[in-house]
Amino acid sequence: MELRLPPVAETAPQLTGAEIAIRCLEEEGVEFIFGYPGGAVLFIYDALFKQKKIKHILVRHEQGALHAADGYARATGRPGVALVTSGPGVTNAVTGIATAYMDSIPLVVLTGQVPTRAIGEDAFQECDTVGITRPTVKHNFLVKDVTRLAETIKKAFHIATTGRPGPVVVDIPKDVSNQTAPYHYPEKIALRSYNPVTKGHGGQIKKALTLLLDAKRPMVYVGGGAILGNAAPEVTELVHLLGFPVTNTLMGLGSYPATDKQFVGMLGMHGTVEANMAMQNSDVLLAVGARFDDRVIGNPAHFAAGNPTRKIIHIDVDPSSISKRVRVDVPIVGGVKEVLTDLIAQVRATAQRPDPAALAAWWSQIATWRAKDCLKYDRAAAIIKPQFVIEKLYEVTKGDAYVTSDVGQHQMWAAQFYKFEKPRRWINSGGLGTMGVGLPYAMGVKLAYPDADVACVTGEASIQMCIQELSTCKQYHLPVKIVNLNNRYMGMVRQWQEFFHGNRYAESYMDALPDFVKLAEAYGHVGMRIEKPADVEPALREAFAMKDRLVFMDFITDQTENVFPMVPGGKGMSEMILSEEL
Amino acid sequence: MRHILSILVENEAGALSRVAGLFSARGYNIETLTVAPTEDATLSRMTIVTTGSDEVVEQITKQLNKLVDVVKVVDLSEGRHIERELMLVKVRAAGKDREEVKRMADIFRGRIVDVSEKSYTIELTGTTEKLDAFLEALDRATILETVRTGVCGVGRGEWVLKV
Repeated sequence: MELRLPPVAETAPQLTGAEIAIRCLEEEGVEFIFGYPGGAVLFIYDALFKQKKIKHILVRHEQGALHAADGYARATGRPGVALVTSGPGVTNAVTGIATAYMDSIPLVVLTGQVPTRAIGEDAFQECDTVGITRPTVKHNFLVKDVTRLAETIKKAFHIATTGRPGPVVVDIPKDVSNQTAPYHYPEKIALRSYNPVTKGHGGQIKKALTLLLDAKRPMVYVGGGAILGNAAPEVTELVHLLGFPVTNTLMGLGSYPATDKQFVGMLGMHGTVEANMAMQNSDVLLAVGARFDDRVIGNPAHFAAGNPTRKIIHIDVDPSSISKRVRVDVPIVGGVKEVLTDLIAQVRATAQRPDPAALAAWWSQIATWRAKDCLKYDRAAAIIKPQFVIEKLYEVTKGDAYVTSDVGQHQMWAAQFYKFEKPRRWINSGGLGTMGVGLPYAMGVKLAYPDADVACVTGEASIQMCIQELSTCKQYHLPVKIVNLNNRYMGMVRQWQEFFHGNRYAESYMDALPDFVKLAEAYGHVGMRIEKPADVEPALREAFAMKDRLVFMDFITDQTENVFPMVPGGKGMSEMILSEEL
Repeated sequence: MRHILSILVENEAGALSRVAGLFSARGYNIETLTVAPTEDATLSRMTIVTTGSDEVVEQITKQLNKLVDVVKVVDLSEGRHIERELMLVKVRAAGKDREEVKRMADIFRGRIVDVSEKSYTIELTGTTEKLDAFLEALDRATILETVRTGVCGVGRGEWVLKV
């Protein structure tokens, strides 16, 4: 009997699983892989060692690898790639994976696993990676057969980057990475169970158009989906065309130029009065790539009951984001870029425009809210105000830096006071709210854009959660600028304790802080301590002039400063606390 | 409101845990869940009975559709459908109970599938309501053990759920 091999085996090279994994990443155009070696991934590291195309960045903790890959993805729009070992490598990576998942960031995470025969035997450094990561990934795979590896990695990139993006984990047992198979990378992959919608329904877009043109008090509310969907130009074009006010969520900052007169600022728990009041009082609300989450609209019952006649149009690539917390009148499922392009075409095709008198009245109403000047703070203070540092950072970097942040008060001040003009410049953890992301985010961004200014706005609490990555920055020469707003407190925790827990500052004081100047120097960087308002700008100028050095600027700021406005948890978005009310 | 969701999933390892995990993670109810391969070996069919408001069930359906392994989701209770559940009940059947249990099984069109000196095991198929009614009709004290499969269902008429 004649033995017939399938044609692929005759032409395809025989490679090990490890070599296949690396070749697949090359095919996908991966520049950087962020990782940390260990027993289960030794064959993959060996394959990495033998090639030149992909640069591996050795972090100091797996969490840093995931955040750096995530930051790279947020800044570039390309999927971030991380490689970690089994067991603790995976569990350390979980925070980073969950962070990316909550903000819909495309990542492909290769994880080592114990050999297939040892799975389930409580082997050394074994954990159920697929089980542990399942609720925090878009999808995950355990590859038990080396002949399926290339196809699985192709699927991983496809799933991670299409539809609503997200992290995908590919778990590779050690024996699979050492077995050989004919290598063939599929050019395309079809999944019958996964076909994200891109084009919006024409009839729904038509309905949206009618509502928008008839609006008397319109509002455009743009979230992170517009950034992820690369729809900033379309958002800007549509808003200019209609003359409507526009707000961005924390994740949407940069999708519309912040210095434009139609921009009313960020909305939400720490949004501006004008943005929150316009949301609450609008008669037609166009939501673009946003999800009405609790930090944005506060109490959904208050949002609905306070304005029961408001019509809502919601564009999102993920149907489950629509009518989840808020009932929507015109749902449009599709890629925001595609849908907005169609909507703009329909606006251009009609001569009808929104009632100019109604619009003028709405804008004058908004002007009265703006006049409250809700972001004002004491500019004459003798002690450094954190807001002042961000304003100076904006000036010194000419509004053109990539700004990463950690989580807390400093994050909100950066969002309020740095006016983002372009998408993908503001890199922060919105959904999961992960302290510690700022420095590794800055690493990922700096690797992608070595010539750009990259600032990490952080606090003395957050920065210590991934401080070990200062060593990675030294090794790979990543001269990011760390703006540490040091108020000796977990500021946001302290603020909530002041407002809602009778000034009992339980465990929120950061005692025994390190000398950050010496710490930076110990890692081979430059450290600065800034204690007077007059020294803020000179210090920033000096730091950003040092193009080839990482500079850690430790700003000693006002301990009692709070973030305003504030919508207390569970309240409606028009129920804001303003600074003068305390 | 009670809903019966029929779900076609890829016959992959872990597909069941993805679905079950979704329900627990998002706080949705599962009253019954059944799963078995279909005539197409690459697909399994799951039937989940859940309760919730229309908004909640709409979210459940959307979230299920989002799972990469889920091929199709249909809410059978939206249209005319047939639902069946199988139950095995082991009852004490000694003395005067023996005849009474047999008669009750006949009324409910149950079949006695195992007999011992002091017990009968009755197989009964029907809607959840009918199975509940049978248990109600039996003297509580005679019931030794019950096991139910959970609901499976299919739409009426020529409409079929397939890829």
